[in-house]
Amino acid sequence: MAGDHHDHAHDHDHDHGHDGQGHAHAAPPSPMAARVKAIEALAVAKGLVDPAALDLIVDTYESKVGPRNGARVVARAWTDPAYKARLLSDATAAIAEFGFTGRQGEDMVVLENTDQVHNMVVCTLCSCYPWTVLGLPPVWYKSAPYRSRAVLDPRGVLAEFGCRVGDDVEVRVWDSTAELRYLVLPQRPAGTEDWDEDQLAAIVTRDSMIGVTRLADQTPEMRS
Amino acid sequence: MNGAQDLGGMMGFGPIGIEVNEPVFHAPWEARALAVTLAIGFLGRWSIDEARHARESLPPPVYLTSSYYEIWLRGLEKLMVRHGLATVAEFETGVPDPAAPALPADLKPAPDAPQAAAILARGASARREGGGHPARFRAGDRVKVRDINTLAHTRAPRYVRGRVGTIERLHGDFVLPDAAAARRGEDPQPCYAVRFAARDLWGETAHPNDCVHADLWDDYLEPA
Repeated sequence: MAGDHHDHAHDHDHDHGHDGQGHAHAAPPSPMAARVKAIEALAVAKGLVDPAALDLIVDTYESKVGPRNGARVVARAWTDPAYKARLLSDATAAIAEFGFTGRQGEDMVVLENTDQVHNMVVCTLCSCYPWTVLGLPPVWYKSAPYRSRAVLDPRGVLAEFGCRVGDDVEVRVWDSTAELRYLVLPQRPAGTEDWDEDQLAAIVTRDSMIGVTRLADQTPEMRS
Repeated sequence: MNGAQDLGGMMGFGPIGIEVNEPVFHAPWEARALAVTLAIGFLGRWSIDEARHARESLPPPVYLTSSYYEIWLRGLEKLMVRHGLATVAEFETGVPDPAAPALPADLKPAPDAPQAAAILARGASARREGGGHPARFRAGDRVKVRDINTLAHTRAPRYVRGRVGTIERLHGDFVLPDAAAARRGEDPQPCYAVRFAARDLWGETAHPNDCVHADLWDDYLEPA
């Protein structure tokens, strides 16, 4: 993925549309593609951006920073009680131990899910999301259906993700209205007691770290 | 601002569009939109808060019918024109207009790729430890959210205004978005996670075991 989009001279002239890997003949460039192309060309011509910096930004979020980062943090917390304690008391510093620092992760908070408490995260006002550990947010996270209902009907939203939380469990919704960025520490699934950190990291999903799913609900097939 | 961005508690947007194996970008132009927006932001001409206000002050019909990166680009164009980086006509052609006003004299050079990588890895924390006035509230205090209605930027969502909640934790001192967006300095002040019982926000139809947290600044709150 990293290698196929960097021929700056012409590659992104083509908008392949929403279904699109490789149907360049199908549709004319969308209005948005043309608009971005004009802004980028203008910004380059005026010296406002360096094209190489643009490519670096795309590559960073397309292939380097993503939910595998968060999964490593979670797996460490599951296997190392001292790390978990640091993570819950100073999440920013504990996450920085992995080198996961920077934009949209400057001030982190980790929320622990338990048998009694289920945490889930939303940004009703825009799309605040912990980029350093989860990468860029999925479309649904930024969409009106999720942003409007996560605070009003969290259990209904969870059910849409296949996550049914018992009436005795407290659902805590965290609306990221400031510059704190939240990562949910999901519960470690039963049956993984003898797994090592790498095995555990492999089953931690993005959605479980947003708090819209529980790993315990996943079948062994879904985990593999 | 009571704009279309303030979605918490609205109804009628339909199911959440969960997408299996969602790509980071759905079209090449989205990647370029992200990169151009971030890279021009690196020039430091505006704050993240001013950028958010540029997006949220789009007319509601435009906001609600635009895709996420389309909202970003519309906001970016507004900011570039406001700060003398481009004219509306130049966005049409993608070519610098010799008749356009000169770029600001104090404009920094565009970061190159290594500099951009360093900026992303460093981030830009809004924390200003010790920069604010003493915190007026402590964990456990009952607070009421002021009924803030302004055309300017604020991060107090409508659904918590006038509602009573409990201080859950003090995050520390953070830049006040209302001030930064309006270019009135940073006015750093304590920011708190405030916990609201779901029934205190939504009435009896809410689940008795649910709560919603919002991160709110000292200025937004009064003793309850």
